[in-house]
Amino acid sequence: MTEQTFTDADRADGIEPDMVDQTHAPASEAPEAPAVAPMNMIQALNSAIDVKMAEDPNVLSFGEDAGYFGGVFRVTDKLQEKHGLTRSFDAPISECGIVAAAIGMGAYGIRPVVEIQFADYIYPAYDQIVSEAAKMRYRSGGQFTSPITIRSPYGGGIFGGQTHSQSPEALFTHIAGLKVVIPSNPYDAKGLLTAAIEDDDPVVFFEPKRLYNGPFDGWHQNPVSPWKTQELAQVPTGKYSIPLGKARVMREGNDVTVLAYGSMVWVSLAGADHAGVDAEVIDLRSLVPLDIETIEASVKKTGRCVIVHEAPKTSGYGGELSALVQERCFYHLEAPVTRVAGWDTPYPHAFEWEYFPGPQRVSDALKSVMAGGR
Amino acid sequence: MTRNTKPLSLRVPEPSGRPGDTPDFSHLKLDVAGAVDRPPVDARPVQMLDLAFRLVRVLDDEGTAVGPWNPRLDAETLKKGLKAMILTRAFDDRMHRAHRQGKTSFYMKCTGEEAIAVAQGMILSREDMGFPTYRQQGLLIARGYPLVEMMNQIYSNASDPIKGRQLPIMYSAKDYGFFTISGNLGTQVPQAVGWAMASAYKGDDKIAISWIGDGATAEGDFHNALTFAAVYRAPVILNVVNNQWAISSFQGIAGGMETTFASKAIGYGLPALRVDGNDFLAVWAATQWAEERARSNQGATVIELFTYRGAPHSTSDDPSRYRPGDEHEKWPLGDPIVRLKQHLIALGEWSDEQQAEAEADAVEQVRAAGKASEAIGTLGQSRPSVKTMFEDVFATDDWRLTEQRREVGV
Repeated sequence: MTEQTFTDADRADGIEPDMVDQTHAPASEAPEAPAVAPMNMIQALNSAIDVKMAEDPNVLSFGEDAGYFGGVFRVTDKLQEKHGLTRSFDAPISECGIVAAAIGMGAYGIRPVVEIQFADYIYPAYDQIVSEAAKMRYRSGGQFTSPITIRSPYGGGIFGGQTHSQSPEALFTHIAGLKVVIPSNPYDAKGLLTAAIEDDDPVVFFEPKRLYNGPFDGWHQNPVSPWKTQELAQVPTGKYSIPLGKARVMREGNDVTVLAYGSMVWVSLAGADHAGVDAEVIDLRSLVPLDIETIEASVKKTGRCVIVHEAPKTSGYGGELSALVQERCFYHLEAPVTRVAGWDTPYPHAFEWEYFPGPQRVSDALKSVMAGGR
Repeated sequence: MTRNTKPLSLRVPEPSGRPGDTPDFSHLKLDVAGAVDRPPVDARPVQMLDLAFRLVRVLDDEGTAVGPWNPRLDAETLKKGLKAMILTRAFDDRMHRAHRQGKTSFYMKCTGEEAIAVAQGMILSREDMGFPTYRQQGLLIARGYPLVEMMNQIYSNASDPIKGRQLPIMYSAKDYGFFTISGNLGTQVPQAVGWAMASAYKGDDKIAISWIGDGATAEGDFHNALTFAAVYRAPVILNVVNNQWAISSFQGIAGGMETTFASKAIGYGLPALRVDGNDFLAVWAATQWAEERARSNQGATVIELFTYRGAPHSTSDDPSRYRPGDEHEKWPLGDPIVRLKQHLIALGEWSDEQQAEAEADAVEQVRAAGKASEAIGTLGQSRPSVKTMFEDVFATDDWRLTEQRREVGV
């Protein structure tokens, strides 16, 4: 499988760049208000980098195929054309080299935004991220910092098999000094990426590639709708940011709290609908820093908690969330905190939908929790 | 399977001498001083391939500077370099003893390698960024970084500039062009390339310089650094300090048996120089050549600095268990301090008395710094506030760290 094969197919589900009519943005209604345009997640991410590059000459972008070609997922499309060869360029196939170069640039005082083509290929850069970027401020007593952003498409649901589907966020949330951000929609994607670029600490920014072209609720037999029908695809064309560490309550409810991020936000919403349970679905948006207040308030209100992520269950971020909820909401809990996660296997190809935690599994978990637990 | 060939056998490189053996350096092919040509700074790498297999040397056996690489330094510069090397050695000696006295947990000397960091630290400015390993303390000393600050770091005391967070000798001194040292080997080399890329991106005039040992060239980071340096023509000097030993492994285990470390540059299209690392003038000249090349936007140079690790790897190491005890004394390139001293004497600019005076002065400087630092406290007697343990993880407060700090009660 080549990267292009499925991205082209995916793109057919979404908004093609020429479908975006910038003139129909509601800016005309209020001249002072920022212009808004429908964007898919790719366009929103592209816009975030574009706007930051236009504003700050210290922002530059590079990665494998990320320059002239604009990235295998088109996130850096046309940035080279607009901002020049030295501001958006191609890198050798060396994830360690890409991140190391970014760290050196950050130490110099500029703000690189680098792309790792798939999160599954971030491991060669792991030493640089964990031992260097994450610890630089601390180990140098604040003399040197790593204001870098590492973008990487992550997650499954796209028949990506073992090395185009992984969700390695827990390998980064475990590391002191790293921030980990995962958006679930175009509006948040742009606002959070802007905040990540402006952040003075290293941010690992995972982009759910299953959501690049449209929300995906996990009912894979159904046709996928493009982003343009969604309110969260109405994205300001100018600059705005969403602070890291603030969750978004996607659906208010009273019976059970669902903690999710990335594609699982949409799966959780579908799962709650399917179960007919009055679930409060929270999109964490950033795992580090974590919006513990929103989580705590919700679980204290509902008394139940289901955690949903694509990554394998054992030692996944859900384990941390479960522990936090148990520690902080123990006397409010009416059922065991439950996790719906990927199985403890490598990500398979043929068993895509048996592996991917879909709305049926979320629904089952919600019903089980409402019945008092397993 | 039946074949008329001998069974395959695995070759594991072994050094020329082990404990009890007589040191044997007969396999080394060492050019005599002045024998290697100096190409123009704008020479194309392919025009100077032979330099990767030769050895640039300036000081001959009589201490005379000869040949095309003679940097023709004035006596004051030479004396400054010699004094910095003497001070570096005196500092090492005292801190090694301080470890034996239980004043710190760890130390690493650079005995025999002083010429490298001192000369290179003098050539480049504090505005350029050095990405050192743990064995370039001479860079800080040559630039006049306060010895007492170095000791405060080694003792992790209340005045430690990096707040007791790092293992001794992992200095960080941004204002002195000295990047924060990491325990993870090789990581700083591609970072130096990135720093240099940023300088070029900004249209600045600063360059980067990095160091890596012979052993750590086997790390993937070294390959990545050379690739990026070549691809983006980064203004960086990439030094390989070949001191023959990576803890107990001789340089053959790192791939030095089949070729030189300088020659590794060739496949990347980078110019390579191989230099007598114990010859202050040769180190100076080669670095100046590479500096001019980088500064004039012609890109990176790889310099192999051929030397010998005279001391144990660290205070936790006993080299008598893996190499001949007198190997350092027999090292054919001698001692960098003795050689520069001879040169200054040959020039009529120095004497044995001045040498003795300089050595006594260095011991006194180190002793005074030692007293000042120890007055603040050695390891365990003094340390930064425990509260600071939770600071600088992020630029801004994180609720987890606030809670955990309260849990500790600070």
